[in-house]
Amino acid sequence: MSKGLYLYPKWIRLWHITNAVLFLILIVTGISLQFSGLDEPFVLVSFKSAVSWHNAAAFFLVLSYVVYIIGNRVTGNIKHYRSNSDTYLQDLIKQFNYYRRDMFRGEPHPFPVTEDSKFNPLQRFSYLLAMYAGMPLVIISGILLFYPGMLPRQIFGVSGLLINDLIHIASGFMLSIFMIIHIYTCTLGSKPTTLFKSMVDGYHHDDH
Amino acid sequence: MKTLKSRGLLVLILFSGCLFNSQLFGIAPDDSLVVKWKDINVFYDDNERCLVCHGEAYYTLSDTVAGISQIRNMFQDYFVDREDYYDGVHKSFSCTDCHSSDFIRFPHDVATRLEPRYACIDCHGYDENYAHLNFEEIEVEYNNSTHAQVENFSCWKCHDPHSYKLIASEVSDVAELVLYDNNMCLACHANFTEFRLLTDREEINVVNKHEWLPNQVLHFESVRCIECHTQISDSILVAHMVLPKDKAVKNCTECHSTNSRLMSTLYKFESREKRQNGFFNSIILNRSYVIGASRNMYLGYLSFVIFFGVLTVIGIHVFFRVLKAKKK
Repeated sequence: MSKGLYLYPKWIRLWHITNAVLFLILIVTGISLQFSGLDEPFVLVSFKSAVSWHNAAAFFLVLSYVVYIIGNRVTGNIKHYRSNSDTYLQDLIKQFNYYRRDMFRGEPHPFPVTEDSKFNPLQRFSYLLAMYAGMPLVIISGILLFYPGMLPRQIFGVSGLLINDLIHIASGFMLSIFMIIHIYTCTLGSKPTTLFKSMVDGYHHDDH
Repeated sequence: MKTLKSRGLLVLILFSGCLFNSQLFGIAPDDSLVVKWKDINVFYDDNERCLVCHGEAYYTLSDTVAGISQIRNMFQDYFVDREDYYDGVHKSFSCTDCHSSDFIRFPHDVATRLEPRYACIDCHGYDENYAHLNFEEIEVEYNNSTHAQVENFSCWKCHDPHSYKLIASEVSDVAELVLYDNNMCLACHANFTEFRLLTDREEINVVNKHEWLPNQVLHFESVRCIECHTQISDSILVAHMVLPKDKAVKNCTECHSTNSRLMSTLYKFESREKRQNGFFNSIILNRSYVIGASRNMYLGYLSFVIFFGVLTVIGIHVFFRVLKAKKK
């Protein structure tokens, strides 16, 4: 029996699990910092520990992100994020309608996975947004929070720190929402665990 | 009458030594400043009789009989900077408003030098003009503070009456307030030469002692020492009960929380209004940003709506998947 397409090489799987673990640490500690002074469930880690863990996880996240960007470029994996389709918007709607309606009617997947196209249009769009807009925003604003002296004291009469923090929290929050949706959509394989298995052994086991 | 004349002559001779010093070593104040100071203080010329020595870093001690003169350093505690003095809260005062007129005699008599000095409460206490500053409560807090246990400590160690400015309730730049106030503490606590004049305790390394504090430099620039080292006071603008070191605040969430301690300390003058445009502790936002204290209520609600909205959509999706699976 064929194992399926080999879509996720070792470096991607390693980066992916590292990124996931670091991101979970950052979410838990980030919420603990944002809602410090309140009780559980908001504050799972003490403020002082949260600061240390958040800083350490952020440092490794930046390293992991650099590896991801370079790896994508060097291995050509970046092609999966790009779309040359003339019907970009229609493709997005078609994929959305599949999740919303067509999959319940038993209709076939509109964009079957191939070696040259491992992401469907919605994945391509959301991954591109998350990894090439959300991540740079959260990383740059995070670095500026770590070195607040680099920020202007006031921007249009408002504290530069506050504006930067709002960007950091908003981008971190949206990436967290992305992660929840990402994890859920990964249960949409032929079995709820099929796509997770792909991220362990690297093979795409579904027939779509 | 003869005695009076000879005493006058003696004073003149003694002061001449000091005047000589001024011409030799002092940097003569700018004429425009003198005009300004004369405008501020009608006793300017009288005060100059003191400042000709006490306003200079050096003075000349002369024995006019033996014809010997020596240059001496002015001890820092007895030095009065003219610019600071005429910029301070007591700028309109004559030196002899607070000091005995006997100081006009030089060298100063021991009895004169040992006369009791005024404390803040002596002029400002129980006076309705200063009732809003509540000096009586400041006195009580000071007497209960660790500073009061130090021999020879007084209000003047932190609040030099020759240069003191009203900063806390008047300055709009918090960074300026923090710098001014922290310099008061660091003048002794980061300067062992000064510190050991007051106590036999070993030298304190302020930076090492605060190593536990994340972003130490940012904290030192953004908050005053007294935010953590005094007990919060509701009845006075600036808390004066300096606590022993083991009772200092070390719990981050005392400041980094919605009920931030900073609203009762550093930012208490600015506004009684705690929420504005949905921001908790909004007044802090105008000046700075404090993690955990500067949350926006509306953005908080919005994030909950988005979070639970996403979970609801996922829940509905799961429901239809289960329904479909059952139909099979």
